[in-house]
Amino acid sequence: MIRDALLLQLGYNASLVAVGATLLGIAAGATGTFLFLRKRALVSDAISHATLPGVCLAFILMVALGGDGRNLLGLLTGSAISAWIGLLCLGWLVRHTRLAEDAAIGAVLSVFFGFGIVLLTVIQTMGSGRQAGLESFLLGSTAGMLWSDAIVITLGGALTLALLLVLRRPMTLVAFDPEYAAARGLPVHRIDLAMMGLVMAVTVVGLKIVGLILIVALLIIPAVTARFWTERSDRVVLLAGLLGGMSGYAGAAISASAPNLPTGPIIVLVSFVLFAASLLLAPGRGVLAAVLRHLRFQKRVHLRQGLLALAQGHLIYEPLTLRLLKRAGLARPDGVATDQGRARAAKALRDERRWQMIRSDQDYEAAAALYDGLRDIETVLTPDQITELDRAIGGPKGVVA
Amino acid sequence: MTGAEFVPLSLSPLLIGTLAAVACALPGNFLVLRRQALIGDAISHVVLPGIVVAFLVTGVISTWPMMAGAAGAAVLAVMLIEAIRRLGRIEPGAAMGVVFTSMFAAGVLLLEQSDTSTVHLDVEHALYGNLESLIWLDATGWASLLDLEALRGLPPELPRIAVTLIAVVLFTVVFWRPLKLSTFDEGFARTLGIRTNLLGLALVVTAAIAAVASFDAVGSIIVIAMFICPPAAARLMTNRLEHQVLWSVIFAVTAAVSGYVLAGYGPLWLGGQDAVSAAGMIATMSGLILAVAARFGPCRTRAGAPQQG
Repeated sequence: MIRDALLLQLGYNASLVAVGATLLGIAAGATGTFLFLRKRALVSDAISHATLPGVCLAFILMVALGGDGRNLLGLLTGSAISAWIGLLCLGWLVRHTRLAEDAAIGAVLSVFFGFGIVLLTVIQTMGSGRQAGLESFLLGSTAGMLWSDAIVITLGGALTLALLLVLRRPMTLVAFDPEYAAARGLPVHRIDLAMMGLVMAVTVVGLKIVGLILIVALLIIPAVTARFWTERSDRVVLLAGLLGGMSGYAGAAISASAPNLPTGPIIVLVSFVLFAASLLLAPGRGVLAAVLRHLRFQKRVHLRQGLLALAQGHLIYEPLTLRLLKRAGLARPDGVATDQGRARAAKALRDERRWQMIRSDQDYEAAAALYDGLRDIETVLTPDQITELDRAIGGPKGVVA
Repeated sequence: MTGAEFVPLSLSPLLIGTLAAVACALPGNFLVLRRQALIGDAISHVVLPGIVVAFLVTGVISTWPMMAGAAGAAVLAVMLIEAIRRLGRIEPGAAMGVVFTSMFAAGVLLLEQSDTSTVHLDVEHALYGNLESLIWLDATGWASLLDLEALRGLPPELPRIAVTLIAVVLFTVVFWRPLKLSTFDEGFARTLGIRTNLLGLALVVTAAIAAVASFDAVGSIIVIAMFICPPAAARLMTNRLEHQVLWSVIFAVTAAVSGYVLAGYGPLWLGGQDAVSAAGMIATMSGLILAVAARFGPCRTRAGAPQQG
């Protein structure tokens, strides 16, 4: 069933939704990256909640003008206008009052959403029960998606991506270093507004498929996920678009494969699974990689300390150290060094002495700064320098009994 | 409007709305000052999966398991946010966005998957609550307030939110000094031996309890609005924390009362017939209060910040 769904074999509507969700995922992932890099991820939450009053007002207006009230383009226009007003309020609060951005986000989000709910109840009392279509904007609804809806979503997504392509350089610059961007003469405030405008466009386009509460997830999660895999901003954008598209496609397919699987939440959960997998498995920034790094480091510290203890004839009590030495063939189970162990221990002790020398010598200041107790001295000094040091240290001395 | 009409129909929703607003506004003061305002937003989203899971486990709609489930979900969310923030080295806003949207999506999915059609549990209810339906049927007029028999018929949400408010007030009063210190100067608070991490967690848990108890009665939208709007408006009125808390309580009460009255009677005044959502109206009123404070509040600008055009 899932395979059929993934291969778009489940009929017209499912295929339409899958294509729409994929495009939406790509646009949201790529746009959300800039928001995330600018450290303003949750502004999208305010934007998405602020769409609700616009949707309702557009509906009321269209009904008042004698229309059907459910024209998607009209509703989306209304939502875009109210989201824009919400954004302006947010910006005004942050710039003209002492409120921090998070408080402003929360205020805009809750007030606009609350007002939207007031309007929803107004629509309910307008009779005719036509509001049923509006509540679906909260969580999205793909069951009755029309060809024209898909066209609106596709065009919106494509337009967003095109604008993104044009604006990517200034937006990256502003995201990383707004002061520098301002010094370069870029209109930082307007670029920020453009970024928010793109986010708003994605939100509006996504209302139909995932709804206004969950669109935030599509903007944030792919970007955060992509960030685990690369350190280059252009690749983060591409990867986030790819991950968002994958989540959209897989989510739409899975939701079409069985009843009672709402599209929006499934898309979000798919992208969360991708996120969780990246959090655990990504090289470099992932948890598993960090644990492995830590274990390797621990092993090096223990081996080093063990060798120094062997060289100085100390008994080793630490079980991990003993186990590591045994496994490396440097010590016998009773803690006595093997021949190889003795050789390595002597080398370790000598290295320690060499480090001591260079750390007390001004001439080696740069090299000594690299001392961390583990680094092989051969990596910071030339063989000539080491020979020089060894001459100063002198030959092996007898052990005092 | 006579007592015979007001007391049974409007008194208890009005009281519940007001108490919930104050219970959320009090911890909200500290959350706003600590720049954790959106924790309230996150908590109110994750309450849904908590309630659904509690319903699936117990199989009934009853209050205490649901509140436990919601509180558990809130704590889980806070821990997840912290874990993702640290493990992934992600900025807190994005970590929050990842966690609460995913948990909310999981809640919606669970709700769709489980057979909840027979019970009153749906997303809309979670969002806007059912303030208007919390009527006190046993009351006949003001005299019922002294009638034990009638008082027993009060909606159970009222005593629950009252107890929650008392708990929140106690927390605020008992931990006033450490809260204040750690909010303004965490490093200094730590040198005095205050366990700031623990205190921060306690604050979030208190906020979660307030959110869950209010959520049950009034829906998540008021919860978010009351966490943020009254404290934010109060912040623009004064530079002293004591005064700010007082202002926030005044604003919360004003928003709750005026919102409820406007929702219930406003449409009638305008010639309509049906009331509009009280929860939404209360949130809207709190927004208006914030807008007025942001425009005219005596301490609205940043101290020492240059005036911008």
